[in-house]
Amino acid sequence: MFLNQLQKGQKAIIKNFDIQHIPLKLIELGCMPESSVELIQIAPLGCPMYFSINESYVAIRREMAKQIEIEIL
Amino acid sequence: MSNPIKIALIGNPNTGKTSLFNSLTGLHQKVGNYPGITVEKKIGSFHLEDGQKVSVIDLPGTYSLNPSSLDESIVTEFLLTPDTKEYPDVAVVVTEVENLKRNLLLFTQIKDLGLPVILVVNMADQIQKKGITLDIETLEKQLDTKIILTSTRKNTGIKELKQAIKDYQSLSRKVLFSESYSTYKKWLSETYLIGFQEVTDKQKQIEVKKEQHKETVKRYQFIGAALKDTFKKDQSQATDFNSKLDKILTHKVFGYVIFMTLLLVMFQAIFSWSAPVMDFIDESFAFFGEKIAALLPEGKLNDLISQGIIPGIGGVVIFVPQIAVLFLFISVLEESGYMSRVVFLMDKIMRKFGLSGKSVVPLISGNACAIPAIMATRNIEDWKERLITILVTPFSVCSARLPVYTILISLIVPEQRVFGFINAQALALLGMYLLGIIMALFAAVILNKIIKNKSKSYFVIEMPSYKLPLFKNVFYTVVEKTKAFVLNAGKIILAISIVLWFLASHGGSKFDNAEAIVTAQYENVDIDESELNAAIASYQIENSYVGMMGQAIEPVIKPLGYDWKIGIAIITSFAAREVFVATLATIYSVGDAEDEGTIRSRMEAATFADSGEKVFTFATGISLLLFYAVALQCAATVAIVRRETNSWKWTTIQLIGMGILAYLFAFIGFTIFK
Repeated sequence: MFLNQLQKGQKAIIKNFDIQHIPLKLIELGCMPESSVELIQIAPLGCPMYFSINESYVAIRREMAKQIEIEIL
Repeated sequence: MSNPIKIALIGNPNTGKTSLFNSLTGLHQKVGNYPGITVEKKIGSFHLEDGQKVSVIDLPGTYSLNPSSLDESIVTEFLLTPDTKEYPDVAVVVTEVENLKRNLLLFTQIKDLGLPVILVVNMADQIQKKGITLDIETLEKQLDTKIILTSTRKNTGIKELKQAIKDYQSLSRKVLFSESYSTYKKWLSETYLIGFQEVTDKQKQIEVKKEQHKETVKRYQFIGAALKDTFKKDQSQATDFNSKLDKILTHKVFGYVIFMTLLLVMFQAIFSWSAPVMDFIDESFAFFGEKIAALLPEGKLNDLISQGIIPGIGGVVIFVPQIAVLFLFISVLEESGYMSRVVFLMDKIMRKFGLSGKSVVPLISGNACAIPAIMATRNIEDWKERLITILVTPFSVCSARLPVYTILISLIVPEQRVFGFINAQALALLGMYLLGIIMALFAAVILNKIIKNKSKSYFVIEMPSYKLPLFKNVFYTVVEKTKAFVLNAGKIILAISIVLWFLASHGGSKFDNAEAIVTAQYENVDIDESELNAAIASYQIENSYVGMMGQAIEPVIKPLGYDWKIGIAIITSFAAREVFVATLATIYSVGDAEDEGTIRSRMEAATFADSGEKVFTFATGISLLLFYAVALQCAATVAIVRRETNSWKWTTIQLIGMGILAYLFAFIGFTIFK
């Protein structure tokens, strides 16, 4: 399962991602394997998506979320 | 006296770093530039109780020493250059209690540089409110540093921080991770540019990124372990208020309604709040000019001051109210955390035009001035989206266009009400704003088709928690932005005014002998003295240097409905659009010394020299409005685009492209309404 498939309010654990497609900045904001993640809000037109990742609040676009493998808690 | 202690404030965005800078230094601050680039360099100073001076540099906010934007790279570069004048004796890393874990990543990196580090945990007033418990003593040991709790909101902890700065020599310089500070510095200096600059060696880029990833994970593990027993947060209390507000402000209907309402209120405020102040400034400068003219002995100096310098300064000062009000709103929205929600709401829509949600802030700021707006594009990570934003931002109706629009509209649109309550002139101005937005989006769509994408689309934005904006911070931002505008634009405008005055009051032999020539022409005609003087004056301006320039370009601009006087104004207003008004003021006041009224009445009375017809007809007015809506008539913008894109190619394309479009629009407009 990937991060873009998460439902609002659902919590998950980040499993894996290909570092080539993920900017370092997102990693530095706390997005790394074993980090907890929760979908807080999706923008009205379906993108971007607003997550709480490792207690940081960040919004990223759907394409990027698609690259991040997760496991639902 | 001993040398000042030098400190550097370093921290993530949204940690209150700048508030702390303001609290420490008060008004003892100045803004400069880092060499070669336009990132603002904020330096201030204060004194300790014993009189010891401390100088402070406020570095741009960054998430790490591995930069992903120009602003962030400054921090790394600065910290890797020990021979700079401001290189700190002690680093003050500013964190925020709610995001301590993430903020500490940068702290561990700074620590590895081998500098004495003070760790400031800001927003300490939130500790109880958010259900946080923090064991400072243990954490100090784990992180090998001195921790100071501060609240810039409640103004606590500042004294303790000053004491820690005083005792900086007792702080540990031990590194946390790297073998030694020199190996870390070496690694950083080899890699820090790779993340955001274009590199040819893709393989190396990936390898470096893998290393940076590993390093980040390790640092996070260390931080996690250090915070495990020292930092506890009751999640339910922490997120309640934010999520409630987020539900409303990012709602699919209310979100947009609230944003549009805010924009309307903002623009309404810009006009209604600043109008009386602007009128006052306008009248004061007119009054002042007359007084000086009457007071000083007649001659060149009198002319220079009353017709060159005073109207020139007036032309700059008049924008201050509007720029101040706009930045008041923008800084309140940014400080409160709301701007990030706007980016979130607008991203998908803006992407349809090849822009980013992050383009919204520059496009709104562009309504004050394109220069800070273009600088605000730096946080757009995607190269193509950033370039398009830079290229289309100058279509936003900046303050410098307003005096041009206002004067032209007041000349061609009657002061009446539409449907009994809408001011027709206000409606016309609204139309100009819409035109600006349409042009920007239209240009973005075209550019999006033309420009090739270099990298994958990439967008990350932090959604900071909502905060009540601090008056002090808003105030400093407004003062700083306004000051920067007055100084930057002011210099150019004043210089142009003086040059212009010179060119308008000097000329060839015809100019020097104007009196004799004109008197001879009218020898057999019965006219009174004042008519003769007016004829001499208009003959003079026609044969002055500036008159010659205007006449030289007249054939080119005739199809747009302009005479050579407007031609002069178009040439000079390349310095800045508002110079258009100042130029016409100068030309008409030199040409018609009898009329001491304001610029508008002088323009209204202007007629073509040959036919005697009015210059500012409806068609000419429309043509000029369209010209100024589209043309890139701003030297400062050209300079900033060159610096920010680092490309003459794009700068030239923008300048010439907008110029051709402007000519076409003005031509079509004039032809239709002629």
